[in-house]
Amino acid sequence: MLRAVDTIPIPMPAGGRSLHRFANPGRFLRISGRVLPFLAIPALVLTVVGLAWGLLVAPPDYQQGDAVRIIYIHVPSAWLASGGYLSLAICAALSLVWRHPLADLAAVEIGPVGAAFTALCLATGSLWGKPMWGAWWVWDARLTSVLVLFFLYLGHIALVRAFDDPVRGYRAGAILALAGVVNLPVIKFSVDWWNTLHQPATLSLTGAPSMHVSMLWPLLVCIAGFSLGFAAIVTARLRAAVMERRIRGLLLAQAQTV
Amino acid sequence: MALLRTRKGRRLAVLLLCLVGLGSAAGLALLAFRDNLVFFVTPGDLAEAPPPAGRMLRLGGLVEAGSVARDRRDGKPVARFRVTDGRAALDVEFAGILPDLFREGQGVVALGTLRPDGSFLASEVLAKHDETYMPPEVAAALKKAGHWQPESAPAPPAAGWNTLTPRKSGG
Repeated sequence: MLRAVDTIPIPMPAGGRSLHRFANPGRFLRISGRVLPFLAIPALVLTVVGLAWGLLVAPPDYQQGDAVRIIYIHVPSAWLASGGYLSLAICAALSLVWRHPLADLAAVEIGPVGAAFTALCLATGSLWGKPMWGAWWVWDARLTSVLVLFFLYLGHIALVRAFDDPVRGYRAGAILALAGVVNLPVIKFSVDWWNTLHQPATLSLTGAPSMHVSMLWPLLVCIAGFSLGFAAIVTARLRAAVMERRIRGLLLAQAQTV
Repeated sequence: MALLRTRKGRRLAVLLLCLVGLGSAAGLALLAFRDNLVFFVTPGDLAEAPPPAGRMLRLGGLVEAGSVARDRRDGKPVARFRVTDGRAALDVEFAGILPDLFREGQGVVALGTLRPDGSFLASEVLAKHDETYMPPEVAAALKKAGHWQPESAPAPPAAGWNTLTPRKSGG
């Protein structure tokens, strides 16, 4: 008898405490299944609207002309490169301190997605650098620290899969992820601490953005769309990982009873 | 301490201690390499501490207004301009094609060597742009109103123009 994996009832512990409520795989699959469309559909709509707005409607820049439009992909992916790593580190802390089983799986699933956005950030930055600066790549503090972030992602991806016992992989990966957190403030403040070819931040939480509103709005829409997209992809991957685990468990149980 | 009574609390304490240790180690290392982590030196830095002769270095600063002279030598374009950081200025000579963004008042980073006469011979010139983005009409309106001379000053504070709507015709 075959049933969809996420409809198999699993007895639930009464109540449960704090975050560990979501450690129950059945409950996680039910909740995440309900949440996923509310992440994926707005992500798609906002990304399409934001990119169309930025690439076709928004004005060119007074000195960079149409080349400035790559900002609508570069800045959202740069934000997710760092933001994604922060979420990876939070999962690592949840895993090391609270031994949260879903945090282990989440860290494994965040890695490749974050690495993809970091690669996109580096590639678009390179494409932007050639016509504006005159160089595909320079070893200034901002570019180098983002490249280090990319290698941290790759190291994490390799490390969590390098052990026969997955739990050992999770522990090692979590320690690497947490050690790499020191790179995040270096990336953020590299353009302020040292003189770099890369320009300082345009958007800040405190000051007025040094960007005209006609370019700022499409950029913010793209950032929102990319971020929701990141969350949707990670949620979908996490659901797949939980189901995969469950199938393996069911097959194992079946094999033992035969 | 209540924190250390549970195993969870002890793990959290160890984790925080490790992060503090690693963070300060990284901070101290970066502080120690402070001078080596800069991408370029400015004319003011060079005036304070002249580099050894013949050493390749990157010189960064703004192209001084009215200093650019373009020439041709053996069919190749040659540009001479002054790079300034407000404290000191240096003559730069560059044979080759300048990036599109190169103009007076623009930030540039030039790779090359100091010559004995104190001028700088560049083998590569990169343009640096600032963090302001605005449509051409807004920039034109600011210049017309006399709020901004791009050749000699950075863009005015963002709050003054980032919601500005220039009139399409005339103004």
